[in-house]
Amino acid sequence: MMRVAKIAAIGAAAVFAALFVGWWQVDGPGADSAPGKRSLPLTAMEFSLTDQDGRDVGPETLIGEPSLVFFGFTYCPDVCPTTLSDISGWLDEIGPDAEDLNTVFITVDPDRDTVETMAEYVSYFHPQIQGWTGLPDQIAAIADGFRATYEKVEGENGEYTMNHTAGVFLFDATGRFVTTIDYHEPREFAVPKIRRAMQNRTERAES
Amino acid sequence: MFKTFAKAIQSLSVALLMGLPMASSAQQLSENASIVVESPWARASLGMSRPGGAYLTVRNEGSDQISLIGLRAEISGMASIHETRTNSDGVSSMAPADDIVIPPGGMFALEPGGYHAMLMQLQSPLVEGETFPLTLLFSDGTELEITVPVLGIGARGPEG
Ligand SMILES: [Cu+2]
Repeated sequence: MMRVAKIAAIGAAAVFAALFVGWWQVDGPGADSAPGKRSLPLTAMEFSLTDQDGRDVGPETLIGEPSLVFFGFTYCPDVCPTTLSDISGWLDEIGPDAEDLNTVFITVDPDRDTVETMAEYVSYFHPQIQGWTGLPDQIAAIADGFRATYEKVEGENGEYTMNHTAGVFLFDATGRFVTTIDYHEPREFAVPKIRRAMQNRTERAES
Repeated sequence: MFKTFAKAIQSLSVALLMGLPMASSAQQLSENASIVVESPWARASLGMSRPGGAYLTVRNEGSDQISLIGLRAEISGMASIHETRTNSDGVSSMAPADDIVIPPGGMFALEPGGYHAMLMQLQSPLVEGETFPLTLLFSDGTELEITVPVLGIGARGPEG
């Protein structure tokens, strides 16, 4: 009788702990972004884009390995090259462990960023960084899945710039959204977050 | 790895070489000789259709407050100072900055993610390893011409 009660108590404690961990990660202080703004899992997304080598890519290209994704555009003089340089530095820091990390720069300005443009642009950064572009409705589809936003802003002389979500998105190998690295976040938080996205994969493989 | 290191050394020596003539021309052009510009650098551009970005630090060593009110550059048909902002949703945007007030003894840095020299309508591409002149306009009428070294597209700071 005592033993049954003890098992029940342990069971209840385990359920409570699981609920607590869930709450912590989803709504609690461990939450990564505002409710309703979390990226969908990659498995729930549908989009079809083209990589820097002209190959068709979609969610299935990313699922299976952890992924790091950043939205931007090549006419961006400040935030985009800075972030791509940062990402290059993080990849260097993690070293060979990061070789399987899908690292993708996706343009929000497909009118100007052709496959050739993306290929040239990403060639100036870490060799692992890919550059994806596509039809405007497909860019809209992926941004929507990520809960990323972008907007064209007209300048005075017929030029335009793009406002866009500047955070870096991290997904684990199953395609589940893990967290973002925000633009103004201290650099030292970035690498542990990337390792966390890669870690989920190891756990899954061992279980 | 070695390549990155060699590149850093190369950029550093370019910066050092640039440093001397830059400082002396700064003294010549600044009327009150109290404005010092340090560590200017720009990212190489992909052709001429995209805006270029440059960064630098301004130090006010005088006894009066000054404001950085604008830029002029032969290499750009439209040069201005831009401020990058990131809102609470993580959306970043950039817009022309207000005048930048620098108190006596103070300094102000144009650096990635904050303020940048926005070089629109490039008249020639910004080529890594080359330099170009950039004139800073101040509220007291001072026009300070500096020489900006062009680093790689993937540069993170004045050291490359
Ligand atoms: Cu700008």
